Amino acid sequence: MLDYFQITEALSPEDRQTQTVARDFMEAEASDSVLDWWESGEFPEQLVPKMGEMGFLGANLPTEYGASGVSNVAYGLIMYELERIDSGFRSFASVQGALVMYPIYRYGSEEQKRTYLPQLAAGQMIGCFGLTEHDGGSDPGAMKTRARRDGESYILNGVKMWITNGNIADIAIIWAKDDDDVVRGFVVPTDTPGFQANHIKHKMSMRASVTSELVMDEVRIPASQMLPETRGLSAPLSCLTQARYGIAWGALGALEAVYEDALSFSQHRSTFDKPIASRQLVQTKLVDMVTDHTNGLLLAWRLGVLKDAGTMHHTQVSMAKRKNVRVALNAARSAREILGGSGITLEHPTIRHMLNLETVDTYEGTHDVHTLILGRDITGHNALV
Amino acid sequence: MSQLRVLVGCKRVIDYAVKVRVKPDKTGVVKEGVKHSMNPFDEIALEEAVRLKEKQVASEVIAVSCGPQACQETLRTALAMGADRALHVEVSGSEYEGLLPLGVAKILAALVKKEEANLVVLGKQAIDDDCNQTGQMLAALLDWPQATFASAVSVEGEGLAVTREVDGGLENVRLSLPAVVTADLRLNEPRYATLPNIMKSKKKPLAQMTPGDLGVDINPSLTVLSVEDPPVREAGSKVEDVDQLIAKLKDSGVF
Repeated sequence: MLDYFQITEALSPEDRQTQTVARDFMEAEASDSVLDWWESGEFPEQLVPKMGEMGFLGANLPTEYGASGVSNVAYGLIMYELERIDSGFRSFASVQGALVMYPIYRYGSEEQKRTYLPQLAAGQMIGCFGLTEHDGGSDPGAMKTRARRDGESYILNGVKMWITNGNIADIAIIWAKDDDDVVRGFVVPTDTPGFQANHIKHKMSMRASVTSELVMDEVRIPASQMLPETRGLSAPLSCLTQARYGIAWGALGALEAVYEDALSFSQHRSTFDKPIASRQLVQTKLVDMVTDHTNGLLLAWRLGVLKDAGTMHHTQVSMAKRKNVRVALNAARSAREILGGSGITLEHPTIRHMLNLETVDTYEGTHDVHTLILGRDITGHNALV
Repeated sequence: MSQLRVLVGCKRVIDYAVKVRVKPDKTGVVKEGVKHSMNPFDEIALEEAVRLKEKQVASEVIAVSCGPQACQETLRTALAMGADRALHVEVSGSEYEGLLPLGVAKILAALVKKEEANLVVLGKQAIDDDCNQTGQMLAALLDWPQATFASAVSVEGEGLAVTREVDGGLENVRLSLPAVVTADLRLNEPRYATLPNIMKSKKKPLAQMTPGDLGVDINPSLTVLSVEDPPVREAGSKVEDVDQLIAKLKDSGVF
């Protein structure tokens, strides 16, 4: 790992081992094919059970339900290594772990946990998280999806949009307002009649990832499919906090990838008989990249330490996600510039990361939304509404 | 055959993907801050031992590493891959710089006796020094049969059948136990250490000792004078015909 301030030394042996294993696995299983998968807009589903076997899915959840029980720092390092190859892998893992396994673990009944968690951890079952709607992204409270009680069932109606894994998911965690206008979470098997996933095409970002629209038309599910401890928006938002934590780490993996791409290119490419690595303007760009990476890693690591201690605050996650993703996106653009013409094909990973990071900068809370979350926290004035 | 107790050597070496650089003072190569990992042939050796345990041919797999504290990370990987116990023989500083295959073989021989092991599986060579000596020397010290460059190992009666990769092709040998086997590239494909196994291996025993504790003197008999880059390749020259070629070769002193 790019590690200018030797953070690796401060990690526990298991955290170091976890990172090594994740890096080796991704190098062996994904690095050669990712270019083709991205170009053809294909998510390699066959990797999911392998990732499950490795223990990467919901890795920071307890072993009691089949997860690996690693530290939050180790979880962050896994996200780093997934995203270093492609944001699509880390996106899959974020959804599976933080947005599907986590809400079941935190808000589910014992039976729901025993039914779903082991299979999700093993990669034998895939989940998706349905919160965002066409007219409600940054404003999830504006959701129109409803869950109408009918005897021992709920009937769901509504449309969710931009849902990662939608078309390949076995279950969907759907957030809907009940008859009291309270947001509740529901575990919906995707083969339930009335449930339809439509694949979103023509994406120019996050192409090695499945993104879908979910349409629910009178979807009848047993009332026992509701996550009993969910009550209000705080439940889905708490899941987002988990995912955003992983993204703050993952973005740095992408940053390392584009930095190494540009650095190595600059050592070999010459202008006027000298490698461009010897040019001042190129050096400035590379120095900014490695500095941003170093800053970001310190931020992510400290965030992980706080999370492991149980004292992390969601606004700290906002700060880390906002900053680390933005600097990674900037680094990718800067690296693309260093690569010149070579930087516009997929032969170099940079442009793929650059395009992916547009999605990462947007989802899980846009840069601007996190700005206002932090602004509200430090000033007391809520500029979000 | 009663179940085997297998000793596996796991050397910590500079990772195969690293671009190794010679130190400016020419005393060695740059190791500070450089990625290290288990010698790839030792990973293969360990994988074979773990498979023997899974086939219930072996009852216990003991991973050994000789070197500084950092070797314990290598041993933790071995435990995560399926070794039952780990032994760290602490050798550091200049003593470690001077540690050679004969010293390691003496340490392993002492451990074999202490642990009552009846099979030792090592990598055929380490990728840092390429010595290809430890297994052979160990077999000699123990007066045990050896099968080096193994590309296949199976149980046959009370002994082992091993296929060896040799210059002329493949050689099949049968050896009685106890024995030393060294692993070649095609013996197997090592498993990943999964996260659940990494976490479980935290509880597995890792014992530390010194060569002195084992009554072994690793006093090196070789001194490294200098480590240098290979000379920069110079341009060759073209010749007109075979006669000129022979004349040039004679001039150069080749014959």
